[in-house]
Amino acid sequence: MVSNQHTGRPDMAAPDAAKAPAIELRGISKSFGPVQANKDISIRVMPGTIHGIIGENGAGKSTLMSILYGFYKADAGEIFINGTKTNITDSQTAIAAGIGMVFQHFKLVPNFTVLENVILGAEDGALLRPSLAKARKELTALAKEYELNVNPDSVVEDLSVGHQQRVEILKALYRRAEILILDEPTGVLTPAEADHLFRILENLRREGKTIILITHKLREIMETTDTVSVMRRGQMTATVKTAETSPEELAELMVGRKVLLRVDKTAATPGAKVLEIENLKVVDSAGVMRLKGINLDIRAGEILGIAGVAGNGQSELLEVLGGMHSATGTVRLNGKPLPLTGPGSDASARRDLGIAHVPEDRHREGLILDFHAWENVAFGYHRDAKYQRGMFMDNAALRADTEAKMAKFDVRPPDPWLAAKSFSGGNQQKIVVAREIERNPDLLLIGQPTRGVDIGAIEFIHEQIIALRDQGKAILLVSVELDEIFALSDRIAVMFDGQIMGVRNPATTNEKELGLMMAGITDTSALATQEASQNG
Amino acid sequence: MDFLTIIQILDSTIRLATPLLLACLAGLYSERAGVFDIGLEGKMLAAAFLSAAVAYVSGSVWLGLLAGIGASVVLAMVHGLASITFRGNQLISGVAINFLAAGLTVLVAQSWFQQGGRTPSLMGGARFEPITLPFADALSGVPFLGPIYGDLISGHSVLVYLAFALVPTTWWVLFRTRFGLRLRAVGENPAAVDTAGVSVTRLRYAAVLICGVLCGIAGAYLATGLQAGFVKDMTAGRGFIALAALIFAKWRPWNSLWACLLFGLLQAVALRYQNLDLGGVVIPVQVMDVLPYILTVIFLAGFVGKAIPPRAGGEPYVKER
Repeated sequence: MVSNQHTGRPDMAAPDAAKAPAIELRGISKSFGPVQANKDISIRVMPGTIHGIIGENGAGKSTLMSILYGFYKADAGEIFINGTKTNITDSQTAIAAGIGMVFQHFKLVPNFTVLENVILGAEDGALLRPSLAKARKELTALAKEYELNVNPDSVVEDLSVGHQQRVEILKALYRRAEILILDEPTGVLTPAEADHLFRILENLRREGKTIILITHKLREIMETTDTVSVMRRGQMTATVKTAETSPEELAELMVGRKVLLRVDKTAATPGAKVLEIENLKVVDSAGVMRLKGINLDIRAGEILGIAGVAGNGQSELLEVLGGMHSATGTVRLNGKPLPLTGPGSDASARRDLGIAHVPEDRHREGLILDFHAWENVAFGYHRDAKYQRGMFMDNAALRADTEAKMAKFDVRPPDPWLAAKSFSGGNQQKIVVAREIERNPDLLLIGQPTRGVDIGAIEFIHEQIIALRDQGKAILLVSVELDEIFALSDRIAVMFDGQIMGVRNPATTNEKELGLMMAGITDTSALATQEASQNG
Repeated sequence: MDFLTIIQILDSTIRLATPLLLACLAGLYSERAGVFDIGLEGKMLAAAFLSAAVAYVSGSVWLGLLAGIGASVVLAMVHGLASITFRGNQLISGVAINFLAAGLTVLVAQSWFQQGGRTPSLMGGARFEPITLPFADALSGVPFLGPIYGDLISGHSVLVYLAFALVPTTWWVLFRTRFGLRLRAVGENPAAVDTAGVSVTRLRYAAVLICGVLCGIAGAYLATGLQAGFVKDMTAGRGFIALAALIFAKWRPWNSLWACLLFGLLQAVALRYQNLDLGGVVIPVQVMDVLPYILTVIFLAGFVGKAIPPRAGGEPYVKER
């Protein structure tokens, strides 16, 4: 949990009028062809504050920050840094103006050491040795000052995601950044890592740094920011003091209508066991054991959520059950054993048995982006009798079917001829979910159902998942978003290092306990030690 | 096999390894910066021709060398333009350069010298002559050490010493200088370089330029050092063997030296033992000739450990949001 509360910071309520804002944008506009990504945006961020920017996907947050970091040139508008008009033409001028950016996808060289990554582009001379020595000294100082501990000699690809993020922050601080922009920083972090990040940000704020936090998580906005701006369809719809707003109000400002933040669901009425997994093991192509003996079962009419930090075997579990990966062990569907290798273990055989699969990465596995929507709606089920006419496919029937699904799932625009890549993330996901749910499966495997999906579509997809459960179907949900796991699951299993650390009831557990399990700690009495090590 | 034969084979190994080593280091700079280059062969060939032609006409091997480097650099810039500026497919650009060089050299040679697509033989100042290192003659009487120093180490052309000196130089540049750090970074994750405020395009052009210069030296050495004049297709796949050596060497300078020496040794053995007689079983010359290529296939098939190429290799850099 993030500890700071705004009630305890009355000093932030009234920004010092004498000080110039650290960043001031006046009338920024930017178009890409006919699409206006930013429309006359003005914003003032006072020094020493944390300013949040929230908005749905495609609202123009990233474009705005890219303009501030010199990736794009604004069509119109002015940028003032500390009261001085600054013309930011590229990353170099942005860095010179004291702006540092921590991208959502880290810009690190994976096989370089931390030190090498930090000095890259900010070397002092043609030879590396003096720069490395200087950086080593500075890193030690920064680590002390801001709890930014990273071993300078570690190779970046060996570091955890949380540590890699610290390297990114160190990079910015080493370049004397006074303004730090973080784009969706917690998407890949465990709850403990996220807490540590917010402590770092708090330390930075205390030292007078200005922080812009871009996120879609309302809770983070509420817990960490001093002020918050909401963006919708390229426009800044509001800028408010965080202490004077509520998550509900922010959500409404983002979407433009009232949004249900909590998923409405009744208690589950679990039936017979649909899926039984015993001692499931998977070895990947590199010979590494990814699943180390999984035991799980899922009953009809319940949602089993798998929580965990990405890369702990959840993907492999979905792939094995979906028929994309071979494995050893026993898996029974409705009491009948499923072949896990060889014939009958492929994805189409699984679909024939009533297992539907919404893969984690819709761009790589869920859709063919260059194909039309109606073609994407058929994938995996293109051999179904209803899509056939003699030896040919009945494309007209397929398109009619697509139109029906688009109407039911509110896919916008409802045009079967549009290429999958032309839809927004949320609508792409709706196409995939519609395809899988409408087949009326006994078991639905669904991975990251709302990754890169806007709030309105999240609400809709969650409702569909609950509705499927209420029809008595079994659902295996994998998500790295703990909020989502809590909102949907009837039981929660936590995965760590290819193993199930335990199964919990969402009503009796909490984020702290799950967070520890996600880090591989099952003994909750270790809580104190964990806290201590974070502070060390 | 007596001591003198070993010395002779090793001596030949050094000569044959030199063009491989130069081309291999050329490829190393380019690929470390993320630009794959299968056009090493074509660049060497173009350089071999133009250096021989200019050396013959001018009588100066140094002018020849410059011309060779010039020819190679022009082709390197074509590759740079196609793969960096226009973000084209680097493999196709490389193949095009190889075809272009193979055809153009013979065509121009024929219309220039009318000798069936070759240049006239080079003599005197139009060739790189062997250099005798100090004390080589004085030491020639000393057993063991004499032949090693006098025949093996001394008596090569200046380009051979240059090639071997380039190994530690390249290592130093890559791992001890700012340029090297950025070069390696741009081959692994150009976005990291770009967001750090350094131009990806300029770095990659610099790497491609160095690649052109080194290929030019390699080609010039072939025509004016190793042999005396240009003949059709005289590179004989050396550019591809150099690429194989580069993969075998896992894109590292010192490993490149050992890989190229190994390939050079195989070529030297094939050259010396036309029909190898192993106690009644005669291994025909073709088997010996084909050995380096078989080894290349084996290396490329990945039998020699896991070679991880620069991660951004072969991909044009497109700035993302």
